Amino acid sequence: MDFTEEQIQRYSRHILLQDVGVEGQEKINNGKVLIVGAGGLGAPIALYLAAAGVGTIGIIDGDVVDLSNLQRQVIHFTPDVNKPKVISAKEKINLINPDVKVVTYQKLLTAENALDIINDYDFVVDGTDNFPVKFLINDACMIAKKPFSHGGILRFDGQTLTYVPGSACYRCLFHSPPPPNAVPTCSQAGVLGAIAGMLGTIQAAEVLKYLTGVGDLLTNRLLTFNAKTMEFRTVHTKHNDNCPVCGSHPTVTGLVDYEQAVCDIESHRKQK
Amino acid sequence: MANYKLDITKEHCPMTFVKTKIELSKLKAGDTLEVLLTEGEPLENVPRSSEEQGFKVLSITEAEVKGTHLIVIQK
Repeated sequence: MDFTEEQIQRYSRHILLQDVGVEGQEKINNGKVLIVGAGGLGAPIALYLAAAGVGTIGIIDGDVVDLSNLQRQVIHFTPDVNKPKVISAKEKINLINPDVKVVTYQKLLTAENALDIINDYDFVVDGTDNFPVKFLINDACMIAKKPFSHGGILRFDGQTLTYVPGSACYRCLFHSPPPPNAVPTCSQAGVLGAIAGMLGTIQAAEVLKYLTGVGDLLTNRLLTFNAKTMEFRTVHTKHNDNCPVCGSHPTVTGLVDYEQAVCDIESHRKQK
Repeated sequence: MANYKLDITKEHCPMTFVKTKIELSKLKAGDTLEVLLTEGEPLENVPRSSEEQGFKVLSITEAEVKGTHLIVIQK
């Protein structure tokens, strides 16, 4: 592919990087990435991937923008309140970079639609706020053999890992979802807005590393941080032979919609 | 072995090296790129950046127009 003069200017800081260069930028421009959730994590992920020139960005989210989202979901602006999040996100992505093709799915990712949707993409990014969908993304990516980035934030804490086929998956570390209401969600416990940016941009960097083949991904490692102490830890992990989805005797062989905490469903209903 | 030519006398940093890198990406091992550039920043940075990124600068010579130089870079 030959870059236009405008693209050379736009992507010049990537082209200058020895590890990225023209070839790496072409890989980014040909990349197809699905972002699950257009919220706190999805916002910086979508903005940075759009700016980087990822060719196709899919965004799935069934919610509309709520005033309480704006404290951290930086892709949505005050006039977007009540607008579907995927529409608001698409508008900003195309304002940053008209080259990007945006595919929107104004719905929740479910056991029924997950495989069909993720099959169209090279990489999946988890930007969700609940355990049922985090496990669903993991299991769907196992079945479809798709790499993905897991991300989660709560209060002042963040955690992320990257999966590629063969590496330790989310379930190798976290066997199954906690019981509903055992772990508070952001909407109950609160979250420092800026940590959504901290974690989401780490995930975006992982996507760009995957697409370009640069560096070492966060595979077989779990990165965690706490913004109060600003300590970052990397825990080395490995494939778990007893993993319920990728172990030697898997018990999870199909996709399941796990039960959501009641207050989450209420808050989702309220927003519709 | 192919020889490519590039004039970056009208470019400014960092587009001088961006344009050079785009041409360099077309080279196969042994191919060369002749770059016409101006004194000052381009002459200081383009040969250095090319070397840093694994290319060999074969020569730097004054060109016809005063204040311009021709550098030959090989992959």
